[in-house]
Amino acid sequence: MSGIPISEAELQAYVDGQLPTARAIEVARHLELHGEDAEREAAYRRQNEMLHQAFDHLLEDPVPPQLRPPERRSWGFLKHYAVAAGLMMASGLAGWHLHGYVAAPAPGQIVYLPRVAAVAHAVYSPEVRHPVEVGADQEAHLVRWLSKRLGSNLKIPHLAEQGYSLVGGRLLPGDRGPAAQFMYQDAKGLRMTLYVRVSNESRAQTTAFRFAQENNVGVFYWLDGKLGYALSGETDRSELLRVAESVYRQLNP
Amino acid sequence: MNRPASEEFAAQAMQFIPRLRRYARALTGDSSAADDLVQDALERALVKQALWREGTDLRAWLFTVMHNVFVNQVRSAVANRTVPMDDMMSELPQSQGTDRLEIRDLDAALRALPEEQRAVVLLVGLEQMTYDEAAKVLDVPIGTVMSRLSRGRERLRRLTQGLPEVSVLKVVK
Repeated sequence: MSGIPISEAELQAYVDGQLPTARAIEVARHLELHGEDAEREAAYRRQNEMLHQAFDHLLEDPVPPQLRPPERRSWGFLKHYAVAAGLMMASGLAGWHLHGYVAAPAPGQIVYLPRVAAVAHAVYSPEVRHPVEVGADQEAHLVRWLSKRLGSNLKIPHLAEQGYSLVGGRLLPGDRGPAAQFMYQDAKGLRMTLYVRVSNESRAQTTAFRFAQENNVGVFYWLDGKLGYALSGETDRSELLRVAESVYRQLNP
Repeated sequence: MNRPASEEFAAQAMQFIPRLRRYARALTGDSSAADDLVQDALERALVKQALWREGTDLRAWLFTVMHNVFVNQVRSAVANRTVPMDDMMSELPQSQGTDRLEIRDLDAALRALPEEQRAVVLLVGLEQMTYDEAAKVLDVPIGTVMSRLSRGRERLRRLTQGLPEVSVLKVVK
């Protein structure tokens, strides 16, 4: 366990996904041990979610008349900037009339990753006969195949030390193209799945390491360069964290 | 003064109107005050567009302009009008019961925050700016952003969860 205490600023940065992943993992561990901080962290994260629920509809509202183009109103600047304004009107500024812009998602917005990963986990982990498309016995083939389909060099973490062996993997349709799912199970048959998809981040300077609970499925998820990862399992949070940490370290030696 | 740049500028600025409106609505707590704020900010941005440097982050620049307009409005207390709860409810999206109540509480609690804390909570939590971007928009050091964020969030938490307010938050640093 790292001895460097977690600062208040780091707790906030954890909430906002603005911590480097390695440090975020340490914060996640800290939260396992400090209930009060974990409570605050959960509440702050909930605030962010609620802010989006409360106000995101404005991103899709029609732009009201008073914010439309100059010819409808005598904006003060028209008098002083007649030429520029003329140009704007001449060009139609048709866009001012367009309704329903949707702003591009902000960087770091990976809110849906845990959900799709949890759903994929819930669908395939109970599967008895066909849990995977390609079994662990063909691991080399599996990694080549999925790397090719995702257009990225994938690595399959080994979790034997954590008590989990690879079952295999499958290709899944993601919301932005192909995604991959690797399945593991422990000696008792308890399964965890690692979901990997190509992220749409244009600037991946910030990563996040976060926990989400989707019904019975717990998910730790993070971004790593071009790829988004989510480890899902129906187990307690600290067990999931232990394994997620190992996954992260193996992918970032 | 034949500047096709104006056209380009307006077209670029336009795409941020929905975001400016979202932030303004959350900040002022009132739809019409929000649109007035956005309108004033856009007018000001068009007048001051020569100050924007192409290639730099236009979103951040527009938010900076709007923030300055807002600060001036706060001085004249326009933006701090309170809204009857019914009006506010009617413009909230249709969510499930619990969430809807929670949203209402949050919106009301936002009003109880000092304007400077509210701005940081929204720029970071809603607009998802980096701390650095928020610091630039507000023209304060990043440490100030962090302390306002921390205090603002904790206060919101206490307000929405019915916990007693604390005057000093434990700061581990």
